[in-house]
Amino acid sequence: MSTLYEQLGGAAAVDKAVDIFYRKMLSDARVSQYFEDVDMDRQAAKQKAFLTMVLGGPNHYTGRDMRTAHAHLVKRGLTDLHVDAVIENLGTTLKELGATDDQISQVAAVANSVRSDVLGR
Amino acid sequence: MANVVCDGKAVAVERGQRLLDALTGAGVRVPSSCRAGACQTCLVKATRGAAPAAAQVGLKEGLRLQGYFLACLAEPAEDLEITVDGGELSVPARIDRVDRIGVDVVRVRVLPERCFPHRGGQWMTLIRDDGLARPYSIASVPESPDGIGPLEIHVRVVRGGRMSGWLSAGEASGTAVQLRGPAGDCFYTPRDLGQPLLLAGTGTGLAPLWAITRDALRAGHTGPIEIWHGARTADGFYLVDELRALSRRAPQVVYRRCALEGGGDGEVSVGRLDQFLLARGAAAGGRAFLCGDPTFVASLKRGLFLAGLPLRDIHADAFVSAPPPG
Repeated sequence: MSTLYEQLGGAAAVDKAVDIFYRKMLSDARVSQYFEDVDMDRQAAKQKAFLTMVLGGPNHYTGRDMRTAHAHLVKRGLTDLHVDAVIENLGTTLKELGATDDQISQVAAVANSVRSDVLGR
Repeated sequence: MANVVCDGKAVAVERGQRLLDALTGAGVRVPSSCRAGACQTCLVKATRGAAPAAAQVGLKEGLRLQGYFLACLAEPAEDLEITVDGGELSVPARIDRVDRIGVDVVRVRVLPERCFPHRGGQWMTLIRDDGLARPYSIASVPESPDGIGPLEIHVRVVRGGRMSGWLSAGEASGTAVQLRGPAGDCFYTPRDLGQPLLLAGTGTGLAPLWAITRDALRAGHTGPIEIWHGARTADGFYLVDELRALSRRAPQVVYRRCALEGGGDGEVSVGRLDQFLLARGAAAGGRAFLCGDPTFVASLKRGLFLAGLPLRDIHADAFVSAPPPG
């Protein structure tokens, strides 16, 4: 069975998804504070790696990466509420790209699997 | 603490201390400018031990693979041997002439003495023989792919600025210098020739835009090209006649100005250029090139992105100034 990454159209689709997802994050008052003073191109590259991972595409993401990458945000008060916001924005992004509710649930499950790492638990 | 040997001299780098500070504190001469990881002036090369990856952000792959990294970002955790001799990266050049083209802007024409492949709009580092180094955007479009031939930069004359003071004082012509680079991806690439281009810059952020515009026209770009120049007051505008002439020759080029202060007239709008452009609802299609003041660039980049422009179609170059001498 092909991955959602392949079904949506591979790397080109992820590029499109990153733009949509990143816009949602910047416009979401729950999480936008964490994107102030951030280099946008580097942030987009990180989001591309994240989206590739949760969609089942070729990636080298590990739980340890997620832990290290978010440690400074945990110090700034990152909690489950923020992770929920990310997963919600991820779902609406995929919906816009034509994913089914089933597929979105599967992606949310993958994203949830790194929740403890992200929050440093 | 890490022990760093720099061209044979041992320097101790305390935990949490930046390598650049440790080196200059120990009397090692390292060219530097922005001290914030943007201008790439303080490139050093690891000759033994691994270059700190976090200090290689934004470098071309070729430089990373050779072990180059930025001393201003590096907090080495392990012992290293490095060299600050960037000679293999530099091209000898000569300052050909300097002309005042604005109230506080001079145009410097530089002649590389070897191949210096570059694109108009990229930036390069100008290094004086005493090691003083500053990054400048290239305002000219190369005549040939090898980049031999005169290239031009626009230099804002800063009060107390060591490089700009020297360049504008009239004694610099004929001097031998070194060029390093070029770097940056704020340049025109010939694709989608009918696409609208939005070019917006403040101060000498006009320099790369001037190059990008002519590069696009030379490549046969047919879409509308809108050039917006922002300045604090109307005194800050320069190249006005040249840009007007260009827009007469190439009717698809629209040239507009925006001043932060002062009374507007038909030609000059008043306000913050980023807010002005975002408020009028910039078209979501096309490509944007944004150069100059870092706050301006960041604000407009974010705004255009939120308005629907894909990130890869926004080319931005924030000019991070050198800290004032002191």
